[in-house]
Amino acid sequence: MTTYFTKDHEWLKVEGDVATVGITEYAQSQLGDVVFVELPETGKALAQGDEAAVVESVKAASEVYAPVDGEIVDGNADLEGEPAKVNEDPENSAWFFKMKLSNAGQLEELMNEADYKAYVESL
Amino acid sequence: MSMNTQGRPTSAGEAAATAHKTFTGNKALDMEEPLIFEIGRTDICGVDLDEVEDFQPRLGKHERKSEIGLVGLSEPETMRHYVRLSRNNYAIDAGLYPLGSCTMKHNPRLNEKMARLPGFGDIHPLQPISTTAGAFELIDELARWLMETTGTSAVAMSPKAGAHGEQCGMMAIKKALEARGEPRSIVLVPESAHGTNPATAALLGYKVVAIPAREDGTVDVSAVQEKLDLYKGEVAALMLTNPNTCGLFEPQVVEIAKAIHDAGAYFYCDGANFNAIVGKARPGDLGIDAMHINLHKTFSTPHGGGGPGSGPVVLSDRLAPFAPLPFIRKNGSELEVIETRDQLVEGEDPFGRMTAFHGQMGMFVRALSYMLSHGSDGLKQASEDAVLNANYVRVGLQDLMTLPYGEKPCMHEVLFDDTFLDGTGVTTLDFAKAMIDEGYHPMTMYFPLVVHGAMLIEPTESESRASLDLFVATLRDLVMSAKSGETERFAGAPYHAPRRRLDETSAARKPILKWTPPAPAQVEPLVPAE
Repeated sequence: MTTYFTKDHEWLKVEGDVATVGITEYAQSQLGDVVFVELPETGKALAQGDEAAVVESVKAASEVYAPVDGEIVDGNADLEGEPAKVNEDPENSAWFFKMKLSNAGQLEELMNEADYKAYVESL
Repeated sequence: MSMNTQGRPTSAGEAAATAHKTFTGNKALDMEEPLIFEIGRTDICGVDLDEVEDFQPRLGKHERKSEIGLVGLSEPETMRHYVRLSRNNYAIDAGLYPLGSCTMKHNPRLNEKMARLPGFGDIHPLQPISTTAGAFELIDELARWLMETTGTSAVAMSPKAGAHGEQCGMMAIKKALEARGEPRSIVLVPESAHGTNPATAALLGYKVVAIPAREDGTVDVSAVQEKLDLYKGEVAALMLTNPNTCGLFEPQVVEIAKAIHDAGAYFYCDGANFNAIVGKARPGDLGIDAMHINLHKTFSTPHGGGGPGSGPVVLSDRLAPFAPLPFIRKNGSELEVIETRDQLVEGEDPFGRMTAFHGQMGMFVRALSYMLSHGSDGLKQASEDAVLNANYVRVGLQDLMTLPYGEKPCMHEVLFDDTFLDGTGVTTLDFAKAMIDEGYHPMTMYFPLVVHGAMLIEPTESESRASLDLFVATLRDLVMSAKSGETERFAGAPYHAPRRRLDETSAARKPILKWTPPAPAQVEPLVPAE
């Protein structure tokens, strides 16, 4: 399993041709208390950069973008009832959705953990 | 102790230094006012009415089957409830109101006097048109002023406020594209735009594509061109806020307009910040196709605890044919009210209708009063003063607070970020709450999103220098306090407001949406009820 990161502060854990996607620890700390999460419908086909989910905190509402092309195969329904999980465990149990990759080559353009860490420090 | 001739103490002495809890929970004029349902009994009527004899209900199955639980309050009880609540209101009439991108303006009392003239105040939208010539003339005159100040050739008067106006303008754009036979799917929105812009585009079924801001907080025409090329033939419009929410005038607005038009798209401008440029620059001359004007911001009609809003939309020649019904057509000096499609003539192709009637008449009267009493020179000066006041605040604070885009002039609002709070443990939210203790409505915070911990301050142009000096001194004191480690001044703020800091997280995660009756009152009547 390999983990990738995007400049929009999303992480992807890829197993086979399925990526689990969530937002990073840095993203949740910037958002503040998350109060609402809207997930994509299963079966929806998304292109890289398309709006996939919405996360709303006491400060702002933000979009979560599809980090790569693919089809939504699952959503983390727990988040809809308990959005606070995004603050508690963003990079693990509070994953947002899983998508089946249709263009695995796009993964190479994303950052690894060390690169992402350096990117966050540069902000 | 000083004594008067009756031997009564005339100063409080040492007791003045201590406060104690009151029986009622009130603190003198600061009243603990319950909800109206908690004041009155629901089983009585507040007015003495005679019993009705031989009453024959005629509502059939719609007849009420149970009590609806309205409280029975007398007129004085009702009056007292709302007067008490009103005293907890903060308003531009009560103090400086620096809410950025909101243009909280003084509402001249002359406007109110004009709006209360019986011919305007008592007018009804269903009156025969033959009796409302004066009202239509006023609407037409206001329309003329709006077109003159914006350099445009048409205006839709009916939208009820800003976002409604955006919808109107974007529907005109959608209709224009359909009339050309090339419906498009994408709307470009810069990151520094008002949040309603992408919401409007999405509501109308467009896909929103964001344009990132430049290092200096403005929009780069090449970034717009890049998206126009990427989505060739698919971009319906660009929605730009100018001056933008960073308080900056878009220096490339003319080039952006040209790029948009060359791509066959339309240029929507959010006019919420028009107050900075009235009499200085005309959006029509800059190349916009549609722009809403918040009369309740730029032209002083009440809002923020008052209202209602009013959002006429000015339109370029290219969009004028698609203005919604109803509208007023001028034939020489004759005004004709166009209500239905069968009254249309060649060249008129309205996209539909936004509202039942002609718009917010009371606001029209107030806005025109403001314009006529200020005159063109006065409107220009108001804009100059708005920009001057914002820059006065900027210069008074820029050595202590941090400007994200450098020490350069702003328009009518000045944007700070929270870098100056780094390491203090104080956040933008804490800072805003501490301003409440100082008697100020906080500035706009955490917006625009492009700046970290944003604080967007827009001081009204009518604020005196003394008022701005006190405001600047207050903020300087707060900053010094934060920097010297007095975090308790912020962490628990507000300390002196009728309500302490609210739990926004619980309010959003576990909102209480239904009122439930509280426990019965603790005070027993002297004579027990029978």
